[in-house]
Amino acid sequence: MKALTKHRLFWPATALITLLVVNTVANPNFAKVTVQDGQLYGNPINILRESAPLMLVALGMTIVIATRGIDLSVGAVMAVSGAVALTIIDRADDSNRVTVVAIAIVVAVLVALVLGVWNGFLVSVLGIQPIIATLVLMLAGRGAALLITDGFITTVNSDPLSYIASGYLLILPFAFFVWVAAVVIVGLVERRTALGMLTEAVGINPEASRLAGVRSRGIVWSAYVLSGTLAGIAGVIYASNIKAADANAAGYLIELYAILAVVLGGTSLMGGKFSIAGTVIGVLTVQALDSAILFLGVPPAQSPVFFAAVVILVVLLQSPRVHRWGRSLGSSVRRTPQEAPPEVDDDRDADRAENVQKEAVR
Amino acid sequence: MDQAQPLVELTGATVRFTSTVALDRVDFRMFPGEVHSLMGENGAGKSTLIKVLTGALVPDAGVLTLDGDLQHFSRPYDAQSAGISTVYQEIDLLPNLSVAENIWLGREPRRMGLIDAKAMRRQAAAVLEDLGLEIDPAALLGSQSLAVQQLVAIARAISTNLKVLVLDEPTSSLDTDEVAELFRVIRDLKQRGVAILFVSHFLDQVYEICDRITVLRDGALVGEYLTTELLRIDLVQKMLGREASFFKARERAEAAVEPQEAFLSARNVSVGKGITDADVDLAEGEVLGLAGLLGSGRTELARALTGVDHLSGGIIRLEQKDVHLDSPRKALSLGVVYSSENRRTEGLVGEMTIAENIGLALQAQQGPFRRISPARMRELAASWVEALDIRPADIDVPVRALSGGNQQKVMLARLLALSPRLLVLDEPTRGIDVGAKVEIQNLVGEMADNGLSVVFISAELEEVLRVGDRVAILRDGRIVETAPSSDLNVDSLMALVSRPDLPEA
Repeated sequence: MKALTKHRLFWPATALITLLVVNTVANPNFAKVTVQDGQLYGNPINILRESAPLMLVALGMTIVIATRGIDLSVGAVMAVSGAVALTIIDRADDSNRVTVVAIAIVVAVLVALVLGVWNGFLVSVLGIQPIIATLVLMLAGRGAALLITDGFITTVNSDPLSYIASGYLLILPFAFFVWVAAVVIVGLVERRTALGMLTEAVGINPEASRLAGVRSRGIVWSAYVLSGTLAGIAGVIYASNIKAADANAAGYLIELYAILAVVLGGTSLMGGKFSIAGTVIGVLTVQALDSAILFLGVPPAQSPVFFAAVVILVVLLQSPRVHRWGRSLGSSVRRTPQEAPPEVDDDRDADRAENVQKEAVR
Repeated sequence: MDQAQPLVELTGATVRFTSTVALDRVDFRMFPGEVHSLMGENGAGKSTLIKVLTGALVPDAGVLTLDGDLQHFSRPYDAQSAGISTVYQEIDLLPNLSVAENIWLGREPRRMGLIDAKAMRRQAAAVLEDLGLEIDPAALLGSQSLAVQQLVAIARAISTNLKVLVLDEPTSSLDTDEVAELFRVIRDLKQRGVAILFVSHFLDQVYEICDRITVLRDGALVGEYLTTELLRIDLVQKMLGREASFFKARERAEAAVEPQEAFLSARNVSVGKGITDADVDLAEGEVLGLAGLLGSGRTELARALTGVDHLSGGIIRLEQKDVHLDSPRKALSLGVVYSSENRRTEGLVGEMTIAENIGLALQAQQGPFRRISPARMRELAASWVEALDIRPADIDVPVRALSGGNQQKVMLARLLALSPRLLVLDEPTRGIDVGAKVEIQNLVGEMADNGLSVVFISAELEEVLRVGDRVAILRDGRIVETAPSSDLNVDSLMALVSRPDLPEA
């Protein structure tokens, strides 16, 4: 029990499960899954499908953050990649040909990769602060995307393209497999090679790592390349979902949601130790919360405030300092704090959140 | 003798960490107007006791009284408001603010709600003058030397209602003149009835300035002694709890190295203003000591020889072949390794475990895609932990939790795991206790006997003489002389290190 609560993913997972349970209790349809023609439908499946762009972006962001960096340009890169892909498909003779779509996607992702190379160059070679270096592309990227689409929202009708975001592979959405594949590949590369450990070393102490012979520059650079590439794939999925390249809306504010998901997953913004599983949980939390707003019928005008309130609760639930306060509170009130069921724990956390506010006021 | 009322009294202080007892029912007291030293090996509980005293750590048991009043410090701020201030080795002031702003930070004199800059400078000047310090209050703190910054930190402390001043390793980065200035200030504070806790591993300094010594060992109190009544040899014995381990003398290669036989030979090495036209020859299995004051270029030379800093002139040859060491990585691949004097900032990766820190350089050499398996890495780390007697012997402990001496051993293990040919050690024994110091000195000797060439830098001249086969003396960025250790003694070396250059005709 103790080992379980000490695990770094315990609190992120608790937050996600609590969110799912509360929503299901409030509206059982939240968890309802139906089978049609051998394919699964329903809200949980939607969450898995719609997570794809944020999951890809947050995955890259995790590695960038581990190097003590940040990538603000991911939303703009999504816009560029969507614009490139759809412009190619739009200008092709037959937009329904699989090869056309395949070429469009490969070119779009390569362009995104190049943008990642640019970011990495600014940060690792020129030594520009990551927040400024990636701000350049964040601001310029959407402009470039508008140039590519001549200032219009390019729309296409292409079945192979639509399949990416809306199609099914066996019983689950294709987009779900895309992000699972990305998570597995990145996870294997980081943890089955020494790349993850060296990335963490660079993030924790760049100078000590350099003196130990770590190729810090290459490692930092590759993180931005990965982030750009994944954002490129995310851009294609987004464009496929709306069947259009919308340079202004594609990936709008996604950099901030990605940072949120990474932090909810327990990776520190200070760099160093990172958790890919944590990021997966973080993204699912954000996505579940997004769909909860719909299901609970929160009016659109209030949804940002609702979203923020839940995020604060989740963050407080994960704060080690709040845990400490909770423990001292618990042990002074009761003799056996360990025997409390988890549900009660969460209530206590909510109480603590109030205490925090009182504390702050005082 | 002990008629006076103690100013600070700590009784039965106990601090437990998860599995270990860091401090076991320790009694500690300080009288007004005395300089008190806390002595003990690394891991004896010195830092823990200081943390309890300064509110950085809440003890599991124990009572603290200050001026007869019971105190419960739950954070450093409580201790500061009660009159206990600390000046750390790594100064925690803001280099981007002026001296005056640093002294008054957080309690600036105000006029109509706004900071009164003029009054602040005036009052700062008064505080500095009071201490007999000639420091411009308007100067940027970062532009001042480390010694001055430390004195400013002390000035900041005394501008409050200071009763107890804790100085943690205050002299480890200071040269002789700066230490003298610090001691003058300490004596001045003593006159005013301030109790000063002076923690240092320099025995000479402890005996020069301290009135009373408290010795800790393995988290327990050994005893409290008057400095005048405690012989040094007894002190060391009490700290170690055994006969002091002595330095093993080894046979020395005394003759000057012929350049054509040298493993390393550097000619006219220059780096910016730091080091000019340095020539170094080093044979296989030889230890070259580098002696010089702070700022004499000893660190710059070490960094130049190991590819950390780029040369602005000169050549380096390894086994008669010209090499271009443009990065630490290149140097490491040629067997040239460097251990920085700043273990924390340039050496260890604090959040990572002992095992990961030991394996880091080896893994970096192999590149990210040829991973050392976790089992192999643990085996490697465990063997080094055993060989160098690193404690705790648990390789999964984050390395920042280790004491200075053990951290240094982890650094050495990381570098030795590369099977290096040339080891450049920059102040490997700084800030670590006597026992670990001798262990590291012996280790250097053993490695040299196995054919490893070593460059050994230390601020302690005695140590340089003891460890080095030959000693190169640096002054103002130049090697002014290289001589066999047997031709030198501490006094003659001191004269060479400090002799001002004659003005050129």
